[in-house]
Amino acid sequence: MGAASSVSQARIAAFDEMRAEDGIRAAYAEIDRWLRATPREQLDAKRREAELLFRRIGITFAVYGEGGDPERLIPFDIIPRIIARSEWERMALGLSQRVRALNAFLADVYGKQEILRAGRIPTALVLQNEGYRAEMVGIVPPGGVYTHVAGIDMVRTGPDEFYVLEDNCRTPSGVSYMLENREAMLRLFPKLCAQHRVAPVGRYPEELLETLKAVAPPQAGAEPCVVLLTPGPYNSAYYEHCFLADEMGIEVVEGADLCVEDDVVHMRTTAGPRRVDVIYRRIDDEFLDPKAFRADSLVGVPGLMAAYRAGNVALANAPGAGIADDKAVYPYVPEMVRFYLGEEPLLANVPTYLCDRDEDRRYVLANLDKLVVKLAKGSGGYGMMIGPHATRDVLEEFRARILARPGDYIAQPTLALSTCPTVVEQGIAPRHVDLRPFILSGREIRIVPGGLTRVAIREGSLVVNSSQGGGTKDTWILEDEGPGEAAFQSQSQSAQSQSQSQSAGG
Amino acid sequence: MLSRTADNLFWLARYTERAGNVARGLGVASRMAALTARLGAETEEWRSLVTASGGDASFYRKYEAPTADSVVHWLVFDPENPSGILSSIEAARRNARAVRTALTVDMWEALNDTWNHLRALPPEAMEGEKLADFLGWVRERVTLFNGAAHDTMLRDEAWRFVHLGTMLERADNTARLLDVKHNLLTAEAEGAVDYVQWQAVLRSVSALRSYQWIYRDRLNPRRIAELMILRPELPRSLMACLAEVAETLEAIALGQGGRRGECHRLAGTLQAQLRYGRIDAIMEEGLHAFLTTMIERVAALGGEIDAFYIRH
Repeated sequence: MGAASSVSQARIAAFDEMRAEDGIRAAYAEIDRWLRATPREQLDAKRREAELLFRRIGITFAVYGEGGDPERLIPFDIIPRIIARSEWERMALGLSQRVRALNAFLADVYGKQEILRAGRIPTALVLQNEGYRAEMVGIVPPGGVYTHVAGIDMVRTGPDEFYVLEDNCRTPSGVSYMLENREAMLRLFPKLCAQHRVAPVGRYPEELLETLKAVAPPQAGAEPCVVLLTPGPYNSAYYEHCFLADEMGIEVVEGADLCVEDDVVHMRTTAGPRRVDVIYRRIDDEFLDPKAFRADSLVGVPGLMAAYRAGNVALANAPGAGIADDKAVYPYVPEMVRFYLGEEPLLANVPTYLCDRDEDRRYVLANLDKLVVKLAKGSGGYGMMIGPHATRDVLEEFRARILARPGDYIAQPTLALSTCPTVVEQGIAPRHVDLRPFILSGREIRIVPGGLTRVAIREGSLVVNSSQGGGTKDTWILEDEGPGEAAFQSQSQSAQSQSQSQSAGG
Repeated sequence: MLSRTADNLFWLARYTERAGNVARGLGVASRMAALTARLGAETEEWRSLVTASGGDASFYRKYEAPTADSVVHWLVFDPENPSGILSSIEAARRNARAVRTALTVDMWEALNDTWNHLRALPPEAMEGEKLADFLGWVRERVTLFNGAAHDTMLRDEAWRFVHLGTMLERADNTARLLDVKHNLLTAEAEGAVDYVQWQAVLRSVSALRSYQWIYRDRLNPRRIAELMILRPELPRSLMACLAEVAETLEAIALGQGGRRGECHRLAGTLQAQLRYGRIDAIMEEGLHAFLTTMIERVAALGGEIDAFYIRH
């Protein structure tokens, strides 16, 4: 799963989402009571029960080629993460705005390229980027949508400080954990769930299906045939592929199940070939079609891009959507919001230094021990350096690497990610978290209230990736938060201050 | 339904059924070996079991002789034997995992729990004194899976391909079990060993009691052959299994507006041959020749089903 929360570790006091200086925050009041009333043995028993549950249902992610058990469980923490209604609503507005801008950007760079001509983003950064697919120029995807499912990774550093850590516009995964974690909580702690008014997440598959149907080619008719294209059982997210398809009642297909004839895609069924209208593809661009991209792809469908170009099939997400989530393009997203929507961004970016730029590079090299350095193309938490935790040797190594290939690196300040109470060996302790909400774009934008909270189980660690020992939590967006009116008022006020601080901060 | 899904369902059922059949065969063989050890005939038991499981060539490439140890190892653990119990469960689960969405939760859990349990089981728990218990457990798990499929699956194409797999595998197994003992059933001599052998043949398809209920008479080789080949009442007889195959193929065809192919013709022919067959004629023609042809035609039927529905 996913990309790195590179925002690094720091012993700087992190924002504790449950405890304020003067006591427990309102949203966590019940959780606090519950934790104090529940003996440790009982929590441990529940934890074991949860593991059994996940193992039994088969919710695993596959790690092949590393030895050991190839079907692993992602550690599940039984203490839910709570987000107040007002906080969520503000975030949701920002997410929706951001995704509208990202889609507009994609339509533009594969169309008129106005933002490049206006000089708001360096042309070379886009056109020479490996995420840019020249094959997409001149193709207008059905419905004009490129990133139908986006996962925007959010981190928090204070009561009103939320940052976008990165955008995932290609094939973001993890939504099955959002759904299964909730199922597990309802099964393990029905009473605790009942004490809260938690916004349900269960309708996500339905919303996804409607989103996919909405972008079907016009000739598909009222009941378009939608399928999910997977690389197969050896893919780490295979469980999720099956889970989502099952929930939506559509077929999970592999490349070999599809064939293209006269630019029309068919799947092989026991009753003969059947026409396919929309493909929710969970395989990467370069493997989609051996005739258009990598010729050695065994999981793709020969002729798929020709069918796409002919307008006979919709692909979600569109090929080439990756240009919008490139780490070197990321600093320009606020600019996209202004350029395409004429609005001020509601969500803040983490300040990012592009080592390619002379001024930025000078700053980065002078402050290496305070910054997080990431590969511009990397993901999964690999190939990154957390300055405050790096040894002198590592710092020097990165200095040399940046000087040798500045374009490959970006740097960001080390943020103190917020913490949530988490069950660990020594008891209950705060651990750093991030959040990945999922944003659906079809005819309109839909966001199911919630997301995947990832938690760094190791003390002090800021790396939440599952490939690096991160776990997950259920994320509860509360439907209410005490006095309703006060909540509403503070919402619009903070939305304002958020956008102000954003424009001031740049 | 997706052709690949049908393929996975079909093989999921075949491998599960195979694991149960191997366990059943192994259970009977070890019982027989114990009974005939004093007569020095136990090697013959192990030999015929290896032959019935269809792995002669690869077995003798690896082991010198069929003994309790080598055969148990081959039929339970050996990853080189694709039809061994562990391999079959592994293959069944691999197929199941590929079509999770087409299975009911009960089916998946029956199989996945079996697989998880097997993975954690130390080899000591599957041999020696523990072998009989282990084999009993495997049969229980297969029965649980079949029951889960029978009780929880929608009666749509998914169910039909599962059922096809189970029935085709079962027909194949019955024909093979009977074939390795064909000498016993054609010889006129009737010693104590033969009698125990006849019991064993019936036990291997869980039909010792059924024989008594149907014939109410002492064991007789001709009747044993009749029961296992022609009697529709016995759920593991060739007749019963191939009738299910033919009916299931017909149901699939009806669901697809009457689309039929060579597999339907072949299944119908086989069914008619058994339905109107007489045991005297079969014995006259030669039991071995008859069974060999049956095994080949069942395999051909599997190939035709594949050609028509899967790899068109």
